[in-house]
Amino acid sequence: MITGNFEYHQPSSVPEALALLSDLGDEARVIAGGHSLIPTMKLRLAMPEHLIDLQGIKELKNIDVSNGEVRIGAMTTQAELIGSDELFQAAPIIRETALQIADPQVRYMGTIGGNVANGDPGNDMPAVMQCLDATFLLQGPDGERSVAAREFYEAAYFTARDELEILTEIRFSACEGGYSYGKQKRKIGDYATAAAAVLLTKGADGSCTAASIALTNLADTPLYCADASSHLQSNGVSEDSIASAVASAMEQIEPVDDNRGPAEFKKHAAAIILTSTIRQAWARA
Amino acid sequence: MSATAETVQDRKAALKGLGTSRKRVEDARFTQGKGNYVDDIKLPDMLFGDFVRSQHAHARVISIDTSAAMALPGVVAVLTAADLEPLNLHWMPTLAGDKQMVLADGKVLFQGQEVAFVIAEDRYIAADAVDLVQVKYEELPVLVDPFKAELPDAPILREDIADAKEGAHGARRHPNHIFTWEQGDKPGTEAILSEAPVVAEEMVYYHRTHPCPMETCGSVASMDKVNGKLTLWGTFQAPHVVRTVASLLSGIAEHNIRVVSPDIGGGFGNKVGVYPGYVCSIVASIVTGKPVKWVEDRMENLSSTAFARDYWMNGKIAATEDGKILGLWCHTTADHGAFDACADPTKYPAGFMNICTGSYDIPTAYLAVDGIYTNKAPGGVAYRCSFRVTEAAYFIERMIEVLAIKLNMDAAELRAKNFIRKEQFPYQSALGWEYDSGDYHTAWNKALEAVGYKELREEQAKQVEEFKAGNTRKLMGIGLCHFTEIVGAGPVKNCDILGMGMFDSCEIRIHPTGSALARLGTISQGQGHATTFAQILATEIGISADDITIEEGDTDTAPYGLGTYGSRSTPVAGAATAMAGRKIRAKAQMIAAYLLEVHDNDIEWEVDRFVVKGAPERFKTMKEIAFASYTQAIPGVEPGLEAVSYYDPPNMTYPFGAYICVMDIDVDTGVSDVRKFYALDDCGTRINPMIIEGQVHGGLTEALAIAMGQEIAYDELGNIKTGTLMDFFIPTSWETPNYQTDFTETPSPHHPIGAKGVGESPNVGGVPAFSNAINDAFRAFGLTHTHMPHDHWRVWKTANKLGLHG
Ligand SMILES: Cc1cc2nc3c(=O)[nH]c(=O)nc-3n(C[C@H](O)[C@H](O)[C@H](O)COP(=O)(O)OP(=O)(O)OC[C@H]3O[C@@H](n4cnc5c(N)ncnc54)[C@H](O)[C@@H]3O)c2cc1C
Repeated sequence: MITGNFEYHQPSSVPEALALLSDLGDEARVIAGGHSLIPTMKLRLAMPEHLIDLQGIKELKNIDVSNGEVRIGAMTTQAELIGSDELFQAAPIIRETALQIADPQVRYMGTIGGNVANGDPGNDMPAVMQCLDATFLLQGPDGERSVAAREFYEAAYFTARDELEILTEIRFSACEGGYSYGKQKRKIGDYATAAAAVLLTKGADGSCTAASIALTNLADTPLYCADASSHLQSNGVSEDSIASAVASAMEQIEPVDDNRGPAEFKKHAAAIILTSTIRQAWARA
Repeated sequence: MSATAETVQDRKAALKGLGTSRKRVEDARFTQGKGNYVDDIKLPDMLFGDFVRSQHAHARVISIDTSAAMALPGVVAVLTAADLEPLNLHWMPTLAGDKQMVLADGKVLFQGQEVAFVIAEDRYIAADAVDLVQVKYEELPVLVDPFKAELPDAPILREDIADAKEGAHGARRHPNHIFTWEQGDKPGTEAILSEAPVVAEEMVYYHRTHPCPMETCGSVASMDKVNGKLTLWGTFQAPHVVRTVASLLSGIAEHNIRVVSPDIGGGFGNKVGVYPGYVCSIVASIVTGKPVKWVEDRMENLSSTAFARDYWMNGKIAATEDGKILGLWCHTTADHGAFDACADPTKYPAGFMNICTGSYDIPTAYLAVDGIYTNKAPGGVAYRCSFRVTEAAYFIERMIEVLAIKLNMDAAELRAKNFIRKEQFPYQSALGWEYDSGDYHTAWNKALEAVGYKELREEQAKQVEEFKAGNTRKLMGIGLCHFTEIVGAGPVKNCDILGMGMFDSCEIRIHPTGSALARLGTISQGQGHATTFAQILATEIGISADDITIEEGDTDTAPYGLGTYGSRSTPVAGAATAMAGRKIRAKAQMIAAYLLEVHDNDIEWEVDRFVVKGAPERFKTMKEIAFASYTQAIPGVEPGLEAVSYYDPPNMTYPFGAYICVMDIDVDTGVSDVRKFYALDDCGTRINPMIIEGQVHGGLTEALAIAMGQEIAYDELGNIKTGTLMDFFIPTSWETPNYQTDFTETPSPHHPIGAKGVGESPNVGGVPAFSNAINDAFRAFGLTHTHMPHDHWRVWKTANKLGLHG
C-alpha cells in the first residue's frame, strides 16, 4: 500500500499546469483531491512519474450563480458543494448527491472536477451532470473547448478529455422543479449498487413540462435516459407512465456481477430505485 | 458497633471496586492519540521488512531472482526459504500441531503467501524492491471447495506430509485431510435419529470471515549482539507464549529474550498465532545486527493473517411431537486453508465446538469435525469468541429454529421447553462439559417481556397479511437467540497451548505509601484491563482502584501467563488477581494484629481496614499496614507486602444471554433495517457495568457485520474477492443500530469473585440473533434456512427464490 516513486509539482495557474502537462507527457497526471487517484497509486495500478497538483490554482475553486447560470470550478470540494446555499437554491440535487458520496473525510478532499473527470462508472456526479445537461470546460495546449456531459463518457476511465487537457469548470442552467438522487449502497463509503438522478418540472395544470433521468454504476459509463425522460414529459407522471419510463431505462443498463451482487439483482434493484426516485422528484415538483 | 453504615458505604465507594462504572483509565491516552503501538516504535538505525507475496493460490516456485531488488540503493538483504533453511526456520510450528512455511519452500499454497522478505533502509524502498523480485511460478490446479478435497482428481496440497497417515490429532485418511475429531455417543445418537417421531435436518454454513482489528499485525525485532539479548515488540495476544516459541525456534535462551506487547489496537483472535513476519523480522535483525520492523497493511492483514469460521455444519435434531429434544447430531466440514493454524488448546482441534448442545438439556449427542486443507489462507481463530463457540452457538440456534418450523411451533416456546433448568446445575452435557451455573428461564422470560414478544408476533402476522394483500413490500423478522458460552480456558489438566498449561497469573506489590502495582500474564487489546483488574483488587485489598497501576505485556516484568483471548482474562487472570489480593490481605492481617496488639483472629476485614472485633474505634487501614510492613520490624513476618498467584481454574465458566432482534426487510432491494435489538447478558458478577455495556455494544456491532455482510470470499481460482475495506464490511456509526442492554447475575460458583467473562458474548449471541431475524422474516413463505452473510443481494435472492417478486 505504498505508491511508486513520483515527482510532485504544484503550479499556481492553469497555463503553468498545462505547460507542465505538455512538457512531462504521458508520465504525468493531474491530482485534485486524490481520493480516487491515490488509492489506485497505492495499489500500484497507476504509477505516474509526475503528479501535477491543482490545489494551488485559486481560480479553479469557486461557485458562481448568476443570470440563471451555474459555474463551478473544478477544484471545488464536495464539502464546499454541500455548504453552498446559493448552489442549493440553484440546483438542490447537487447537495443531495454529494451527501451520499463516501463520508465527510473523503468529501473534504474530493473535488467535483476529479469526480467527473475520473471516468469511474461508480462516481455519482457524472450521472447528475448528465441529468442537469451540464457542460464541461476543458483547457488544453490548443485553448479552450466545451463538451456536454452527455457526450463526455466513452467507457470506464475513458472520456472525451485529451490527456493534455485540464477540466476547469462545470456549467449548467439553474433548475426548477422537483429533484431527487436515489442510491442503494451497502454502507457509508460504498459506491452505488444502483443509483438514479431525476429532475421533473410540473406545469400549472399538473403536466410534466420537463423531465431528465440519468443512472449511476449500471453500465461502464453513466447513462442519460433520453427515452425514459421524454416518455414522462409526453405522458405526464402517473404510476403507469413511471412503469413504462423505468422499463425503457432498464433497456439501457448493462450491470456486471461483482461483490454488490449479480447483474440480475442489480437490474431488479435499479428498477426499484429509479421508481422511488421518480416518485420523490415528482412529489417535490 | 462498627463505623456507621454511611461511612462504610462512603469508604466502599471511594475504592471504586467491583460493580463501579469506573471510567476507563486507558482512554485518556487513546482519545488523545497518545497510545504507543508497534508502529510507533522507532529505534536508531531501524530497517524495514516487506513481503513478496504470491499472486497464485497454488503454484510451484520455479525460481526467485533477487538481483534487481538487491541492486536498488537502500536494499540491505532479501531473504528466501533457501536463506532460512540452514537455520531451520523456513518452516515454523503452528499452535495446532501443524507446521507452516515461513517463506515459500518450493511451492505456494494460497494467494498472498509469503515468498520472500525484503529488508531495506525505509519502508518505501522496501516496497519498491518487492516489485523488483522476480518469481517464476508454474501454476497448479486449485482446490477451494473443501467438499472436493478428497475426490480422485483433487490436487494434493501439502506434499510435505502427503504420506503421513497420522497427524497431530490422529489418523488422516487423505493427503488433504487434517483430522477427524469425534465427541459424544455416535450409535446412541443414530439410534435416536432413526426412531424419533420428528427429525429436522439442515446444512448450516458459518462463512469465512476475518477479525480485522483496527491495527494490523506487526513486530520490531532488535538483536543486541553485544549482550546476546533479543527484544521483540509485537502485536501479541500471548507475549509469554511467543517468548517460549521464539526461544525454542531460535535456540536463544529464554532469559535472553524479552517480548513486549505495547498498546494493541484490537486483536479479536487475529493476534494469537505466530506469523512469518515475526520470524522474518527476528532473523533479519540477527542477520543485519540492526532493529527490523515489519508492519503489514490492511490487504495483507485480510488476505494472509488468520481468518475465522468457515465451518459447514450439517445438523440433525430429533424431538418428540410436542417439542422435547431427544438428540443432536452434527457433522462439520472445517475449511482450514493451507496450514492448520487454528489457535485452540492442544487437545481440542475443533476448539470447544462440543458446546453445540447450547442452552438445552439434550440427553444424547454426537459431533464429528473433519479438518480439510484448501488453497486459502491459514487460520481458523476464535474471532471474538472462545474457541469455535460462536460456530457452535450459531449451529444450535439455527437448528432450534429449523426444528420449530418442522414442529410448527413457536421458537421461543420450543427453547423454554428444552432449557437446562436452574436446579440441574452443575449440569453434565452430553458432549462432555460441566456447566457451572445458570438460570436460563428467568433470563428468557425477562427478555420476552422486555420486547413485548407476544405483540411482536401479532404485528408480524398482520404484516404478512398486508404483504400478501399487496399493501407493503416489507417483512418483519424476529430473531431469537439464547446462547451459552464456554470461556476461561482453562484447567491445566485438559487445556494447554504448545504444552503450556492455560493457567494465568498476577503479581502484586504494595508500595510503602499505600498504593500498588499489579502485573498480569494477560494483555489488553482494548478490553480495559487497567481499569477492571484494579477494581477487582481494590475490593480485595482496600486500596482505591485509582491508586493501583496495572501492567501487562512485558515478559521481563510480568509473571508468565497464557494471554488474552477466549474471554479468559477475567475468569483466569482475574481470579489470580483476587487470589493474590487475598494473600496480601492474609499477611496484612498478621501485621495489623501485631500493630493492634491483639490476636490475628480478633480482627476482621472491613472494606479497607482491619478492625478489632467489638472495638470499632481500634483499626489499621491497609495504607497504615503497608507503611508498617516497610518501616517496622515485625517478629515472624518478612518485611514488605507482595504476593503472586498462579491460578489454575477448576472449570470453565459458562456466561449466557438472551438476545432478541427485530428487523424490517425490504423484499425488493434486500435492504434490512434493525428496528430493535435487546441484549440480556449474564456474565456472573459484574465488575464494571459501563465496560460491560461497551463490550456488548462493540461485540454486537461485529456480530452485525458478520451476519449482514462481512466475509472473506474466494473465486474458483483462489483469488480473494474481498481483500479491502471497500468490500469487507465494517459497519460505521450509520449502519450500527441502537442496542438495549440488560442483565441478570448468576455468579460462577467456582470463580473467586463469581465473574464469568463478557467480551465475547455479544459476538456469540449476536450473530444467531441477526441471522434468525432474516430467516424468520421469510418463515411464513416457506423458508427453512438461508446462509449468511445476509447482504442485500443474498436477501433479495432468498425472496426471489420464494417467488416474492411476482
Ligand atoms: C472510501 C471512499 C469512498 C468513496 N465513495 C464514493 C462514492 O460513493 N461516490 C463517488 O462519486 N465517489 C466516491 N469516492 C471518490 C471520491 O468522491 C473522489 O474524491 C472523487 O472520485 C475524485 O475526486 P478527487 O478530487 O479526489 O480526484 P483525484 O483522485 O485527485 O483524481 C481522480 C482522477 O481525475 C483526474 N483529475 C482530477 N481533477 C482533474 C481535472 N480538473 N482535470 C482533469 N483531470 C482531473 C486525475 O488525474 C485522476 O485521474 C470515494 C472515495 C473513497 C476514498
